Amino acid sequence: MCTVKDLTPREPAILLRGVRKSFGDIVAVDGLDLEVPEGICLGLLGPNGAGKSTTMRMLTAQAVADEGEIRVLGFELPRESKLARARMGVTPQQDNLDIDLTARQNLEVFARLYRIPRRDRAAAVQRALAMARLTERGDSRVEELSGGMRRRLLIARGLIHRPQLVLLDEPTVGLDPQVRQELWTVIDGLRGAGITVLMSTHYIEEAERLADTVAIMAEGRIVAQGRPSELVREHAGAQTLEVYGPPARLDEVQRSAVAAGFRTRRSGPAVAIVGADGSNGALPADGERRAANLEDVFVLLTGEEVE
Amino acid sequence: MRRLEPAAIGAVMYRDFVIFVRYWKSRTFSSIVEPTIYLLAFGFGFGALVAKVNGIDYLEFVATGVVATAVLFSSVFSGMFDTFIKRKYQLTYDALLAAPIDPAEVVTGEVTSISLKGAVYCMAPLLVAICFGLEPSGWIVVVPLIGFVTAFGFASFGVTMAAVVPSIDTFNYIISGVITPLFLVAGTFFPISALPDWAGVASQLNPLYHCVQLVRHAVFDDWGLVDVWNFAALALFAVAMWGLAVWRLRLRLVD
Repeated sequence: MCTVKDLTPREPAILLRGVRKSFGDIVAVDGLDLEVPEGICLGLLGPNGAGKSTTMRMLTAQAVADEGEIRVLGFELPRESKLARARMGVTPQQDNLDIDLTARQNLEVFARLYRIPRRDRAAAVQRALAMARLTERGDSRVEELSGGMRRRLLIARGLIHRPQLVLLDEPTVGLDPQVRQELWTVIDGLRGAGITVLMSTHYIEEAERLADTVAIMAEGRIVAQGRPSELVREHAGAQTLEVYGPPARLDEVQRSAVAAGFRTRRSGPAVAIVGADGSNGALPADGERRAANLEDVFVLLTGEEVE
Repeated sequence: MRRLEPAAIGAVMYRDFVIFVRYWKSRTFSSIVEPTIYLLAFGFGFGALVAKVNGIDYLEFVATGVVATAVLFSSVFSGMFDTFIKRKYQLTYDALLAAPIDPAEVVTGEVTSISLKGAVYCMAPLLVAICFGLEPSGWIVVVPLIGFVTAFGFASFGVTMAAVVPSIDTFNYIISGVITPLFLVAGTFFPISALPDWAGVASQLNPLYHCVQLVRHAVFDDWGLVDVWNFAALALFAVAMWGLAVWRLRLRLVD
């Protein structure tokens, strides 16, 4: 699996152009254009139902696009998808470890699937167990492992063959904060090793911390793409003013801010006025100024409130 | 691109083998005990009323019939239930298909594993019957091959059903509507000649009938030209069902 197909300099690791996919009347992906250059971690950020998982499934040809062009590591999908799949690793959103098998046996099956030569298999399995920090638990049945251990094993399973490209579909969904931190360390290590990572997430903090580039997805297409700091500057300016108060007051603040041409959003007990850079007579004097963040951008562009 | 790669099929079979190592004892137990009960019940129960069928001792008639039913039940139920659980609840196939393996290889690996087990365990009823006094011909050595081909077809049929049905309850229709008639009208416990003429015609379409015929002709060294047809029918069934299983599982797993 160490043979690397030479990519032309301009060929990105992943290229999607005009991709559409519907399920019956539901359009999941609607004219998606996305490029993931080699060696970066791209965070595909979007609310639930934005089409992130369908996009991920199309990259392994587990879903076939109705329209558009998809290329992965220089291979054309779905025709050459098996060659692409041999060179990439996938961590699905839903845990699909084999619960009848031990951690080690799970890895052994995938070592075979990824065509790791017999003489290298034991070492590859051992390395993946170490990566999942399950060296001591290799012979435990998957059923006996904790949620965090299972997720680490799920990630390590997709890395056993040293892939060039890794797809992580909501890698930390449903995990508690401590486990999430652990996984972030693992994912950050991938980027450090020069592996291209495409990670879908609906956690803003996750995208902000791990991704070199964030692509915000809403209703089946990319609505903005760039470095997190660029996205914030471009779409939310420098500062956001948050005003707290009773609902009636918030309504009033929001109305006058909108009338003055500001974009606003409500979050819980506050109204946030985005792009409140400098002083402006239309803004209330009270309230707290804070640096604009990716959450502001996300909410403005997707119209979704954050969990 | 569409060819079947042994390495991919081997990975699926390796998984099945690991699972099998865990439960081979219980499988072996039921494979021995079940035909023993059949032989005791039918052999002594009916055997008291019927001495010979088509010139064969009734007990030996049943013993050879039970080979076919053992193959049928083990292969079709594994194909149906195991595949359904792996597809719907354990999401095993979703995990596999993200790796370099295609649905055709998944089906081939699963069905081959089931068929190999079928080939081994279909000998159990004959071994039990030998203890009851059966004296088989040397041709008994081809019985595992017959068992393999039969199991391949029925396991593929089971996989097809697992890919098609919306829920596990739907299997009731298949078991009662398809499997039970196949099993009864195959000449397992009584000869087809005892049934009306139309049943004789229908039995030609029943793969299990061809399996039973081949097993009897092997065990009693009673080969005839008809066995070319018997074997061809079984092989045709196996290949057609495999194709159907690949088609339906791909439809189910790839959006």
